[in-house]
Amino acid sequence: MPLTSTEISSPGMTINMGPQHPSTHGVLRLLVELDGEVVHSCRPVIGYLHRGLEKMFEARPYRQCIPFTDRLDYLASLNNNLAISQAVERVGNITVPERAQYIRVMLCELNRIASHLVFLGTYATDIGATTVFLYAFRDREKVLDLLEMMTGARLTYNWIRPGGVPTDLPEGFEKAVRSVFEELKVSLDENNRLLTGNRIFRVRTEGIGVISKEQAIAWGATGPVIRGSGVPYDIRKIAPYEVYDRLDFDVPVFDQGDCMARYLVRIEEIRQSMRIVEQCFKDMPEGEIMTKMPKIFRPPVGQAYSRTESPRGELSFFMVSDGSLNPVRVHVRAPSFIHLSMLPELLKGVKVADVIAILGSLDTVLGEVDR
Amino acid sequence: MYASSKSYRAGQFFGGLIVTLIVIAMASLLPLLPWYKLNPILDFIGMHPWLNAFLKAFIVVNFVALHVLFLIWLERKFAGWMQARLGPKHVGWQGLGQTVADAIKLFLKEDIVPAKADRQLFAIAPFLSFMPTLLTFMVLPFSAAWIAYDYDLGALFVVAVSTNVALGVLAAGWGANNKYSILGGARAVAQLLSYEIPMVMMILVVVTLSDTMSMKQIVLRQAHIWNIVAYWPVMIPAFLIFLTCALAELNRTPFDLPEAESELVSGFHTEYSGMRFAFFYLAEFANNFFSAGFAVTLFFGGWYGPILPPVVWFTLKTLILICVMMWIRWTLPRLRIDQVMGFCWKVLVPVSLVIYCITALIAVK
Repeated sequence: MPLTSTEISSPGMTINMGPQHPSTHGVLRLLVELDGEVVHSCRPVIGYLHRGLEKMFEARPYRQCIPFTDRLDYLASLNNNLAISQAVERVGNITVPERAQYIRVMLCELNRIASHLVFLGTYATDIGATTVFLYAFRDREKVLDLLEMMTGARLTYNWIRPGGVPTDLPEGFEKAVRSVFEELKVSLDENNRLLTGNRIFRVRTEGIGVISKEQAIAWGATGPVIRGSGVPYDIRKIAPYEVYDRLDFDVPVFDQGDCMARYLVRIEEIRQSMRIVEQCFKDMPEGEIMTKMPKIFRPPVGQAYSRTESPRGELSFFMVSDGSLNPVRVHVRAPSFIHLSMLPELLKGVKVADVIAILGSLDTVLGEVDR
Repeated sequence: MYASSKSYRAGQFFGGLIVTLIVIAMASLLPLLPWYKLNPILDFIGMHPWLNAFLKAFIVVNFVALHVLFLIWLERKFAGWMQARLGPKHVGWQGLGQTVADAIKLFLKEDIVPAKADRQLFAIAPFLSFMPTLLTFMVLPFSAAWIAYDYDLGALFVVAVSTNVALGVLAAGWGANNKYSILGGARAVAQLLSYEIPMVMMILVVVTLSDTMSMKQIVLRQAHIWNIVAYWPVMIPAFLIFLTCALAELNRTPFDLPEAESELVSGFHTEYSGMRFAFFYLAEFANNFFSAGFAVTLFFGGWYGPILPPVVWFTLKTLILICVMMWIRWTLPRLRIDQVMGFCWKVLVPVSLVIYCITALIAVK
C-alpha cells in the first residue's frame, strides 16, 4: 500500500548554526530543528563570549570598571560608558557639569549612528544585498573618524567617566561633524532608493518575525524592537537623563512589529540622532567639563540603578556600594540578552532564510549577551 | 580621501570601461594576423575527422578556461566599481593577473575530503556540473565559421544538456555529507528544474518564429533585423523572462539561494577545496558566459554587426549582457525559497504560456 505523506515520518534535521556561522553576528549558536526548510524549534546557546565581567567589576575600583564596559556592546561603547558612569554618579551623589552632559549626549548619539549603520550593513548582507554593506561601512568609517577626533579611539573608547568627560571638543569638530552629516544625509537617501524601496527586500522583511504589542511588552523588549511593535517606549523620553529633556527629537514608532518596522525605526533614528547632535552644538554652554572628584573615590553605602537608551534598547546598570573602594555588586541589564530570549518563540514555523532575517532584525551583540 | 565622491566614482567607472574596451580592441586585432598561412595545416586536419574533433574540443576548452579567468576578474572589478572600492589592483596591470594568482593558489591547496563523505560522489560532482556546461559550448555560434558543431537540433541540445548541471549540484550536496550542503543541493535542484520550464518556453518562442532549431540558422535569420526588434511584442517579454530564468539557472542573486552565504555558509560547495572548488567556480562562470551568449544568439542577432569582425561582435554583445547580470547581482537582495518557487510557478509559467500562445498565432499567420 502506498504511504501518504503524513504516514512517512522524517526524523527531521538538526542544524547547528554557529558559533562560526557567517550570520549569527558573533559567537551565538542556534540549535535549529528543521523539517525540510521549515524550522520546528530553535534553541539559542550562549556563553561562548562569557568573560565574567560582572564579577570582574567587583574586584576593581569604580573608575577602572569603565574599560570593561567597552567590551559589552562593542558597537556602542560610549553608551555603555555613559550607563556605568551614571550608576557610579548616582551611588556617589556626583553632579556633572552641564557642558559635559551635552558632550556626552552628543557622543552617544554619534555612537548610535555608527551602531545603526553597522546594523544597516549587516542586515542587508543577511538578506543578500552585499553592496549596501560596503556603503554603510563607508559611512560608519566617517562617523568613527569623528569619534577618533574626539576620543582618540575608534572602537573601545573608554572615554566617558564618572564626573564628566576628560577632554573638551577638539578644534574644528563642529565643522567636521556638519560635513559628515551632509554626506550621511545623501547616502541615507541613496540607501532608501537602493534598499528600503526594493521589492525583494520588502517581501523578505514585511510580515516576517511579527512581534505584537502585547508580546513585546510581556517579553520585556526595549529599544527599536518595542518601538517597531508600536509602543513609544524610549528611556530618553520617559525617564530623561543628562540633557535629553531639553532637546527636541522624535521617537520613531512603527506599528507592524515585523522586521521591516524594526529596520525603519533604526533608519529613522539615525536622522533623529543627527538632529540631536546639531542641537547640542547650538545649545552647549561654556564651562567645566569635569567635576572635582577625590583621587581615591569611596562612595557612601547605598545602591543605584541607571537607565539609558543604548542603540539596542534599555541598557541599565545596577550598582551596590558598601563604602569601600570597589562595588560589591554590579548587574547589567543588557537589551540584547532579553531580545535573544524571544528567539525560540519567534522562529517557530518560519523558513531557514527567515531565521537569519529575524535574528538580524533584533540586532543583538553577543558581547552584551554573554558579559 | 574616501572612495565616495561622485567624480571619483565616475572616474572609477570610466577608467574601468576604458580598460575593458582596450582588452576588447586588442582581441579584435586577432583576426588580422596572417592566419591564411595555416591553411595547409587546416586542410590536413579537415581530412582527418578525429583530429578535427579533438582540435575543436581543445579550442573550446581553452577558450572557456581563459574566458573564465577574464570574467572572474571583470566580476570583481565590476563589484568594486559598484561598491565604491577599487577591486583587484596589485597583481599585474589593473589586477588582471589576480585570477591567475588565485587559480595557482587553488591548484596548490590541499584537497580535503570530509571523513564521512561519499567519496565517489564527492569526487565526481564537480565534473558532473562542469561537463554539461562545456558541452553546451559545442553549439554556441561565435560566427558563421566559428562553431564547433552546427547541430540541427542545437537549441534542443542545449536544453537537454544544460539541465544536467542539477545532477552535479545534487551530487555535491549529497556527497559532502554536510547539512548545509544537502539543503543547498535540494534548493538548487528544485530551483533549476522549475526555472527550466519558462526558459524552454521562451527558447520555443524563438525557435517557432525562426522555424529552425539550429543555432547557426537562428542567427542567419537575423541578418537584417534582430529578433528582439522584429517581433518585439513577444520578444521583449520573452527576453526578460529568459534573462530571469538564466539568473536562476546560474544561481546568481536574487536567486542565489543554493549558495546563500548568509544562510547556508556556501551551500552545496561548502566542503570543497582546491581544484574541485575551482571546477565549480569554472562551471559557474562558463555557464554565465554561455547563458549570455545564448541570449545573444536568440534575441540580439548573434555575430552580426558593422565594421568589427563577427567573433568580436558576438563576444562584445555577450560581455554587455554579462555586465547586466553582474549589475543585477550586486544590486538586489536575495529571495526566499518559497518566494522563488512561487514566482516561477505562479507568474513566470502562466505568463510564458500566454506569450507562447501569442507566438503561435503570429507564426500561423
